[in-house]
Amino acid sequence: MSLKLQLNNVSKRYGNTKAIDSISFDAEGNNIIALLGVNGSGKTTLLRTIAGLERADEGSLSINNEELGLPELRKIATLVFQRTVMFSRSVYDNLAFGLRIRGLEKEKIAGEVSKALEAVGLRDLDRRKAKKTSGGEQQRIALARAFLLNPKILLLDEPTANLDVSSAKIVEEIIKNRRTKDCVIILATHNLHQAKRLADEIFHIHEGRILERATPAEFFTNPRNENTKRFINGELQF
Amino acid sequence: MFDTIMAALGEAFHLIISGNHEVYSIVWRSLGVSGLATLLACLWGIPIAIALGLYSFPGKKLLMSLSNAFLGIPTVALGLLLFLLWSQSGPLGFMSLLYTPIGIAIGQSILITPILVSFTSSALNSTDVEMSDLAKTLGASTFQTNFAIIREALWAILLAVTASFSRAFAELGVAMMVGGNIRNVTRVLTTFIALETAKGEIAFSLALGIILMAIILSITLLLNYCRRE
Amino acid sequence: MAKPQNQRLIVSTTTSLYETGLLDVLETEFEKKHSSIDVAFLSQGTGLAIQTAMRGDADMILVHDPARELKFLQDGYGVNRKVIAYNFFVIVGPKEDPVGINGLSPVQALTKIKGAGKNGSVEWVSRGDDSGTHTKEKRLWTAGGFSVSDLREKSWYLEAGQGMTATLKLTDEKLAYTLCDLGSYLNNYKKGNIQLEVLVEEGEDTLNVYSAIANNPKHFDLSGTSFNASIRFLDFLISEETQEILADFGNEEFDSPLFNPYIPLLASGSNPEMLQWIQELAYFDGTECPQECRYQEGDLYR
Ligand SMILES: Nc1ncnc2c1ncn2[C@@H]1O[C@H](COP(=O)(O)OP(=O)(O)OP(=O)(O)O)[C@@H](O)[C@H]1O
Ligand SMILES: [Mg+2]
Repeated sequence: MSLKLQLNNVSKRYGNTKAIDSISFDAEGNNIIALLGVNGSGKTTLLRTIAGLERADEGSLSINNEELGLPELRKIATLVFQRTVMFSRSVYDNLAFGLRIRGLEKEKIAGEVSKALEAVGLRDLDRRKAKKTSGGEQQRIALARAFLLNPKILLLDEPTANLDVSSAKIVEEIIKNRRTKDCVIILATHNLHQAKRLADEIFHIHEGRILERATPAEFFTNPRNENTKRFINGELQF
Repeated sequence: MFDTIMAALGEAFHLIISGNHEVYSIVWRSLGVSGLATLLACLWGIPIAIALGLYSFPGKKLLMSLSNAFLGIPTVALGLLLFLLWSQSGPLGFMSLLYTPIGIAIGQSILITPILVSFTSSALNSTDVEMSDLAKTLGASTFQTNFAIIREALWAILLAVTASFSRAFAELGVAMMVGGNIRNVTRVLTTFIALETAKGEIAFSLALGIILMAIILSITLLLNYCRRE
Repeated sequence: MAKPQNQRLIVSTTTSLYETGLLDVLETEFEKKHSSIDVAFLSQGTGLAIQTAMRGDADMILVHDPARELKFLQDGYGVNRKVIAYNFFVIVGPKEDPVGINGLSPVQALTKIKGAGKNGSVEWVSRGDDSGTHTKEKRLWTAGGFSVSDLREKSWYLEAGQGMTATLKLTDEKLAYTLCDLGSYLNNYKKGNIQLEVLVEEGEDTLNVYSAIANNPKHFDLSGTSFNASIRFLDFLISEETQEILADFGNEEFDSPLFNPYIPLLASGSNPEMLQWIQELAYFDGTECPQECRYQEGDLYR
């Protein structure tokens, strides 16, 4: 049986703004979901809620039909932030952080870290201070840091926003290879082509709601919702 | 004016290289007393700062305002208060802390606690949000998250500790009132300077002042150097 | 740091006396003779010095304010007062002496200064810190028939509120006049801190007498050892050797002694006028220490 993530009428308010507004969906392992939507539509909030970083005001989240609280969610979901954050330590320590917390042995950690760095093409950077790497390098470090934890729910907030074309390609390959039946991948992106290339399903988020949910083929050729059509044509504003 | 300063610089240099016994023993005593004061302040100040910086609890705002209000407590006033408390005819006279180096250390530790708490908690506060989200999403428990944040703020905390030490090292009021400036017992750099100034030894006092500044400067530079390494 | 088994003897004293450096010399001498006693000096203004002893935070006092000393004795805080030494206050001012007080008596000088102050041509600086010197100054004004509380309202009457060195520097900067103990004056003059000159010298009115008093063990519930140490120190202060040290102190550095030992003066009877001055100022009903304020005094008053 593959992993199943369910959201049931999940809402999150910031003051008077309804950042997400009773969102419900199911997602299964072996799937990549892309969130599309204009600035401020609620993508980041949705990801943070699933990651267990925000407490939903209403609704529930469950994995394999079991409702989960924030601490449990944090254990199985990992979010790569839109704005990369680095510990002021070496690149190696940044990657090792999650593994150390999980109590892995030193040698095991070293092996995992070098594999993960290799995968994002940063093998030689392990001793460098993480904050003294370039923006794109930091994004790749952040991705590697999440990948090596093998989370059941991998949440990526605009993972290639700072990357050059070839790095983005590498990262997209890694994401694709992550698609297993024990892992749901959700990424927010502004790159429609990327969504088309990577996603098994696309959600159009607008004003905190899912307006349209479709396979890439349907989404781009035959969107049912008027607003989605306008969004694809770049006519929709927040 | 310029002559006096040059003379003082020369005198300071001379005192340092000639190994003037009295000056050296006073410098060591000052370092010991203020070092102990800093250690004591850390003992209770850092936990308070962690509580203020990383947790929310009822009365937190009040505690923060209180600690900010006491940042500028006049040292003589604190010294006087402790003097009255620890005096033989005061309520805590039995502790025998008046005119002892330990007494000065305790007084200075009270003096610098607000600085330590304020600086440390704001250091923790300013690293908080994004770092704690990062640690959490990488699977850290609340405790582990806080540990990571403290580690992240370590240099800022060390800086706060150094600033607190400097304040203790350079303060006069508590050392004078509580210590009494007794030769070979409680005479520290600042009370020594006050005495020598009162005696009219202007250049010598200035030289001692230069030594005091040099020590504080060296500690700060050392910290910065270690940080870069 | 003091060895713990040693008896600590805390002597609270006045800044002007401590700052001459005499007491550090005496401390060394005393500890040579009594290795089990650590003498520690607290140097404070006379007011605070006496209060410290009254609180029980010192074992004896060494001050120069006879009236307050008598009160200290009468209130039961102290016993066994001994007059130790004396010197003179001087009135110092600018070398040019614009007011022209040189050679006058202290009271005449103050009267002239007050007149000049009124015209706005000169200023007077007072310690204003309740020290022994300050007390003396107030007494001089009073002797001249002036009210100190009135003077304090005058713009030419400045209160420094600081120690003697700071007060001298202020006086020097302002080209003003002030009252000062000879020791502090010579010390600062020799170091080039001030250009002021001594204009009114010794006389009965400017006499300055230093005395030592032990804390009363009955009042403070003192351990016998600490009282014993006070008595030893009193013995030491009036001993021939110590009185000689006193007489020589300052000779080398200032070409002039800072203190005059009292015991030889008393013993030799060589200067009856001076003796009379001292006893008028610092004796109470003809004695340096009333009979009822003595306790286990041993040979102190022989
Ligand atoms: N911490 C917060 N406090 C208050 N309002 C917030 C907060 N975070 C987000 N919001 C608001 O919630 C709404 C959704 O924001 P969110 O960050 O989820 O949008 P987004 O779809 O990720 O946008 P973008 O494409 O710009 O990243 C916005 O109106 C935003 O201003
Ligand atoms: Mg976003």
